[in-house]
Amino acid sequence: MADTASGDAFVAFERVQKSYDGETLVVKDLNLSMPKGEFLTMLGPSGSGKTTCLMMLAGFETATHGEIKLEGKPINNIPPHKRGIGMVFQNYALFPHMTVAENLSFPLEVRKIGKSDREAKIKRALDMVQMGDFGGRRPAQLSGGQQQRIALARALVFEPELVLMDEPLGALDKQLRESLQFEITNLAHELGITVVYVTHDQTEALTMSDRVAVFDDGRIQQLAAPDVLYESPENSFVAQFIGENNTLGGRIKQKSGETCVVELDSGEVIDAKPVNVKEVGERTLISIRPERVEIDPEALGPDAHTLKAEVKEFIYMGDTFRTRLSVAGKDDFIVKTRNRAGQARLQPGQTVHIGWLPQDCRALDA
Amino acid sequence: MTDATASPDKVTGPTPDNAIRDAERESGPMLAADGTPLKKSLARAQRRQKMRALGLVAPLLIFILITFIIPIGQMLFRSVENQIVPDTLPRTVEAVESWDASSGEPPSQEVYSAMARDLVVAEGLKIHTRVGSRLNYEAAGLSSLFRQAGRDVDETGEPFLDAFEESNEAWEEGSTWVSLLTTEEYQSEIAEWQARSDEVGRSFDEPAVDVAYREGFEEALPRTTDMFSDFAYVIGSEDGESPLEEEPWPLVYLSLYEDLEANPEAIELFEGEQRALVEEAMAATEGMGPYDYRAFFEEIDEEWLEPDIWETLQVFSGPYTSGYFLSAADRELTPDGVERVPENERIYGTLFLRTMYMSLAITFSCILLGYPVAWLLANLPLRTANVLMILVLLPFWTSLLVRTSAWKVLLQNQGVINDLLVWLNIVGDGNRLALINNQTGTIVAMTHILLPFMILPLYSVMKTIPPSYLRAAKSLGATNWTAFWRVYFPQSVPGIGAGSILVFILAIGYYITPEIVGGEDGVFISNRIAYHISTSLNWGLAAALGSILLALVLALYWLYDRIVGIDNVKLGG
Repeated sequence: MADTASGDAFVAFERVQKSYDGETLVVKDLNLSMPKGEFLTMLGPSGSGKTTCLMMLAGFETATHGEIKLEGKPINNIPPHKRGIGMVFQNYALFPHMTVAENLSFPLEVRKIGKSDREAKIKRALDMVQMGDFGGRRPAQLSGGQQQRIALARALVFEPELVLMDEPLGALDKQLRESLQFEITNLAHELGITVVYVTHDQTEALTMSDRVAVFDDGRIQQLAAPDVLYESPENSFVAQFIGENNTLGGRIKQKSGETCVVELDSGEVIDAKPVNVKEVGERTLISIRPERVEIDPEALGPDAHTLKAEVKEFIYMGDTFRTRLSVAGKDDFIVKTRNRAGQARLQPGQTVHIGWLPQDCRALDA
Repeated sequence: MTDATASPDKVTGPTPDNAIRDAERESGPMLAADGTPLKKSLARAQRRQKMRALGLVAPLLIFILITFIIPIGQMLFRSVENQIVPDTLPRTVEAVESWDASSGEPPSQEVYSAMARDLVVAEGLKIHTRVGSRLNYEAAGLSSLFRQAGRDVDETGEPFLDAFEESNEAWEEGSTWVSLLTTEEYQSEIAEWQARSDEVGRSFDEPAVDVAYREGFEEALPRTTDMFSDFAYVIGSEDGESPLEEEPWPLVYLSLYEDLEANPEAIELFEGEQRALVEEAMAATEGMGPYDYRAFFEEIDEEWLEPDIWETLQVFSGPYTSGYFLSAADRELTPDGVERVPENERIYGTLFLRTMYMSLAITFSCILLGYPVAWLLANLPLRTANVLMILVLLPFWTSLLVRTSAWKVLLQNQGVINDLLVWLNIVGDGNRLALINNQTGTIVAMTHILLPFMILPLYSVMKTIPPSYLRAAKSLGATNWTAFWRVYFPQSVPGIGAGSILVFILAIGYYITPEIVGGEDGVFISNRIAYHISTSLNWGLAAALGSILLALVLALYWLYDRIVGIDNVKLGG
C-alpha cells in the first residue's frame, strides 16, 4: 500500500496509531513517506482520520503509537512551535486584533528577526500572494479569498520547508477556489516547499497534488498519483470515492493473470481486469467509469463487451449527456456521452446496447 | 401623476428614475417617487413601526419610570433642597436677611420677634423640631435649642395677655376676638363648623375655615390679623377647635398692642362697645412696651444671643442649598465663603478614596482569580464545563447574608483560617492574624461575592475565541506563553473590560458585606449613606453623597469609554 522504505524521506509516518478515548482507533497503522518538495493531499470523507494525521504532524495531537519523522528525526516529543512547520487553517485563523502586516510579522518576531529583515520578508510574502497593498488592513476588512491569501502568506513568511493546509479553500466559492488552487500549486512548486494538504473535495485533490492519499476508516486506502488513482483504483472504496463509478455485483468464475471472468448477479458473464480479487468463487464488484461506456458499442471494436440496457432517464447537461440505464438488474447505471453533432438523444423506455473494453472493467473487492 | 399614455421616457414629472437622476445631477437630497425627500419619506414609513416598538416597551418603561427613576430623582433632589427652613421660619428668614453677621452683635428685636412668631406657629403644628434637626446638621446644638424654645415660646407676650384680661374679662373669650376682627359671614360659618366638630368628636377632619377679616383690618392691624389667622389655622387643623372657644396665644394680644402703638388711628376701625373694650385694654397696657423679645429668648437660653446661630440661619435660609454637597466634600459654608472643615471632622474624602481603591483592589483580585476559571469553563469538554459552571453559579443561589456570615466564621480571630494557621505553626497563638473587621476582610469577602460577575462575561467572550488562533500562533513558532499573551489575551480584553465595569460598579456601591465584615476601616461610602438614611436621618447629606457616587461612576464609565471604547465591551456573542 505505502512504501515504508523511509530512509531518505522528508516526512514519514511509521506505524502510527491514534485513539482519543482509548477504545477506538481513529488512525489505524498509518505508514506514509514523502520526499522533499512533494505536494501530497490527504483525501477522505469526514471522520476518516485525515485531519487527525495532519494535527499529529503539526504537533497539536500526539500519536498514541508509532513514530512521526521529519528529515529522519522523530518529532513526537517536539512541541508544535519548535517544529518549524507552516500551517494554513480552514477558517484562516488570522489574528483579528492585528493588521495584516502584524499578522505576518508575528512568526518573524517570535523568531527574533530584526526589524528591517522583517519588513523585507513581509513585503516579499505579501507580493507573492498579490496582496502588497493590504498590509495596513485588519482581517475583518478583507474578503474570504483575500483572507486566505494572507493566511497563506503568513504560513510562508518564515520560510518553512513543510507547509500543512487543512481544507484551506473549504469556505470559498467555486470560482475563487479554482483560481486559488492554481495559485497554491504554483507557489508550492516555485518555492520548492513540501505540502501536506487535507481536503474532502476530490477535484481539488486530483488537480493540485503530486500524490493523493485516500483515507477511510483510519487507513490509507490508496496512495498514488491522481491519474493512477482515477484510472486504476485498487479497491471499491477508492473507485467509489474518486469520480463517478458504476458498480455491478458478481462472482469470479475464472481467473488467469490479467483477465478474469465474472458471472454477474443477473446471470450474464463478462470479462474483467482482476485488481483486488484472489480466488475463484469470491464475490466481487465490477467497476466501470461512466465515460468509458459506449452506447454505440460497434465503435469499440471486436473486444468490447455488450450488454442490453433500458433507458430510464436522460439528462441534458450542456457539454455532456447523462443517461441512466437499467443494466443487469441494476437501475443506477450511468453513461456519460459527449454532446457531439448528431448524437442521438435517447428516450426513456428505449432499449439500447451498451459496451465497454474489458480493461476498463475492474474487478474489485466486494 | 402624469398622463398614463405618455411615453415613460418623456415623463418630466417626478418618477423614481427621474428622482434619482435629479438627485445625482444636483447632488441635492434624494427624492422619493412623489417628490418628497427620501429621508422624510423613510421616516414616515418607519414611524408606525417605531410606535409599535414603543408600545411594546411602554409598560416596562412606565414601570421603571414610576418605581425607579422618579423616586431616585426625588431622593437626589433632596441633596439641594432646603425648603423646610423658609417654609417653617418665613418671617425670621425675611427679617434676618438685613442683619449684618460681621457686626458680632445679636440681631435686632425685629428678628427675635419674627422668630417668636414662627416658633409659636411651628410648635403649634409640631414641626419646630424638624427645622431644628435640619439646622443641627450645619451647627451642632441647634436641635436642642429649638426643642427647648418650642416648649417656652408660647409664653411670649404673656404680660400683655394678663394686662388685657385684667382690664376686661371679655378678653379671655375667643369669641370676643372673633367678633372683634372678623366678618359676620365668617362668624356664622365658624359657628357651624364648631357645631359639626363637636358632634363628630375626635375624628373630625374637616379643614379649618380661613379667617375673613373686616374691611381695612388687614391693612391697619397687620401683625394681629397675621397672628390670629395662624392661630385659627393651628387650633383648627391640630385640635379641631375653633377660635370661638379658645383663648388666643399671648402673641395675639401683644400683636394687637404693637399694631395700635404703631398705628393709633386704627382704633377708628372699632365701634361702640368693642371700641371701648380695646381702648380699655390699651389704657391698661400703657407704657408696658415695647416688648423685649431678645430678653425673652435670653431667658429661655443664653445661646440665643450668640451671633453664630443667626449666622447659620442666615446662610441656610434659601430654598436651595449647597450645604449638603459641601459637607459631603468635607467643606462648610461660612459667611466668609466655603472653607474646609477642621481636620478631625474630614471623613468623606477619605471614605470616597477608600471606596475607590478598595473597589479597584476587588476588581483586580476578581480578574486574577476569575480569568483562569473562565478559561477552563470555555475550554473544558462540555460535561465538565457544565459542572464547573454550576459551581460558579452556586453562590448566586445562596443568600448574600449567608455567604458573608460564612466569611465571618472563617476569618475571625478564633476562626477556621486562624486556627488552621496556628495548628500548622505558621503563626503563633498569641499573634493571630486580623483578617476581619478591616480592609482585608472586606476585600476577601467581596472578591468572593463578586467573582461570578467577572467570570460570566469573561467566559462568554472566551467562548467566542476559536482554539485555532492558539494553534495558529503555536504553528507560527510562538511558545505557549507568547501565544497566550499576544494572541489569546488581547482577544479576551473585551471580557475583562465588561467584567471589570460590572464588578467595579457593583463594588463601589456595596453595602451589606462591608457592613458585616468591614469593621471600622473596611466600610465604604455606601455604609455612610445608609447611616444617614436610617440612623442620623440626614437624608439631604445621604442624597448628596449618593449623587457624588453616581457622578463618580458615570465619570469613570465615560473615561473607560474614551480609553477602551464601550463597543469593545462584550457580555456575550
